[in-house]
Amino acid sequence: MNTLLEVQGLSVRYGVITALQSISFSIPKGAIVTLIGSNGAGKTTTLRAISGLQKSAGGEIRLEGTSITGLKPHELVRRGIAHVPEGRMVFANLTVQENLWMGAYLQRDRQAIRTTLDFVYATFPRLQEREKQLAGTLSGGEQQMLAIGRALMSRPRFLMLDEPSLGIAPILVKTIFAKIVEINRQQGITVLLVEQNANLALEVSSYGYVLETGRIILANESGKLRQDPQVRAAYLGG
Amino acid sequence: MSEFLQQFLNGLALGAIYALIALGYTMVYGVLRFINFAHSDIFMVGAFAAYYFSNWFGRFLPPSSVLGATIITLASMAACALLGVVIEKLAYRPLRDRSKLNVLITAIGVSLFLEYAGQLWFGADPKTFRLLPSQNVHVGDLVLNSNQLIVFGMTLILLLALRFIVMHTRIGTAMRAVSFNHQAAALMGINIDSIISFTFALGSALAAAGGILYAMNYPAIDPLMGVLPGLKAFVAAVLGGIGNIPGAALGGVLLGLVESFVRGSRFSTYADAIAFAILILILLFRPAGILGKRVVEKV
Repeated sequence: MNTLLEVQGLSVRYGVITALQSISFSIPKGAIVTLIGSNGAGKTTTLRAISGLQKSAGGEIRLEGTSITGLKPHELVRRGIAHVPEGRMVFANLTVQENLWMGAYLQRDRQAIRTTLDFVYATFPRLQEREKQLAGTLSGGEQQMLAIGRALMSRPRFLMLDEPSLGIAPILVKTIFAKIVEINRQQGITVLLVEQNANLALEVSSYGYVLETGRIILANESGKLRQDPQVRAAYLGG
Repeated sequence: MSEFLQQFLNGLALGAIYALIALGYTMVYGVLRFINFAHSDIFMVGAFAAYYFSNWFGRFLPPSSVLGATIITLASMAACALLGVVIEKLAYRPLRDRSKLNVLITAIGVSLFLEYAGQLWFGADPKTFRLLPSQNVHVGDLVLNSNQLIVFGMTLILLLALRFIVMHTRIGTAMRAVSFNHQAAALMGINIDSIISFTFALGSALAAAGGILYAMNYPAIDPLMGVLPGLKAFVAAVLGGIGNIPGAALGGVLLGLVESFVRGSRFSTYADAIAFAILILILLFRPAGILGKRVVEKV
């Protein structure tokens, strides 16, 4: 198996509370992998530790075999990791277009930025319609599109998405998930998807990990996880 | 009427200087959410830098010539920009993740350090210096000092330059992104530390320009000269809406005008008191400042 990201024995503590207790998992190149679990299981913490927003208390993270443990977020962006954070965090005080330019902050080649921008606009035409608007005036779904588009502007090879369905109209959730699959297939970008909507997440992913109180308790192909009685009872509503 | 216009012009000149200082307070607040109390002393160092540069290099660069004055001003702005960056790096950055109160107290410490180191190195006695010769220009009944014209011109240029940087450049957009949310900005590949350094450099350079313009109009400079204008500029920044760049410029000009009109009235003894009372009144009705938005804290 050709591994893109490997996490080994990762632990995170907030003061005396252990948020992640030595978790290990790996993500194959080109795949969509999902991390499911209930509130407070440590999903967001895992993504934040990988993108450098959260200091880890132990363990190692490797990107294509090279250790990236302890690097700062902006250094990780340079290495091709993009993180669409929980709550989207679009720059409400910037226009849609400025948000996208910020996504391409480390890109120097204007022609390449233009090409990526065209791709983002083709993926989410709504963003082009609203390019001069302040991001704070967008609807929740549009902000999610912007957050994903902004992450794509850095031309990542690895994209992490934290709860892209949260607080979004159900009809838009379907669209956004279809786009995520499209981005993965067409651009060859590896995706790590964190979701509370386990049903949806297991549908689009090929492999899944189940996180419970800071530990990985199950790991299997997504199709098999959907049949797993334990998963069905806890996360898929029986 | 001419009395009114005269006070208006005087107030505008004073307000322009407050505006230049207020911008530094508001920009640093924008990216770090704390008040850099040492900022008023950067203003003082700016005036002294120009004083020493004119003494040292006056022979090659006559301070009374336009070229000499320009180069001396730019050099002083650069020196203060560097000072601002060094202060942030040594005093504030190590406390970045601590409670805001720690940084605030440290800023007061840095302020006192600059004031008393200034007394030690520059001497406590006031010094005088002139950049360009001052001439009075009569327009009808109005008396305009050439230095006031320079204040207007230079402030306008600096404000336009700042607006261009903040609104239309990559680093300026990054500044706005950082002021919105550090973590989201970091995820874009923005190096937060260098944007913060840049913000300090920009604010300090503007304060230096303010110090020099102030010294051109009130030519005696001393190490404590920044205290009162600094306090007023801070109030101006709050008045305009702290963190809001056009607000700081507006607040500065407004404060200068109010002060000048009160000074021209028969209540001139109470100029500062009345000016501040008016500000308190404005803030009672607009607590977030004139252009500030009320931020709803999300739980």
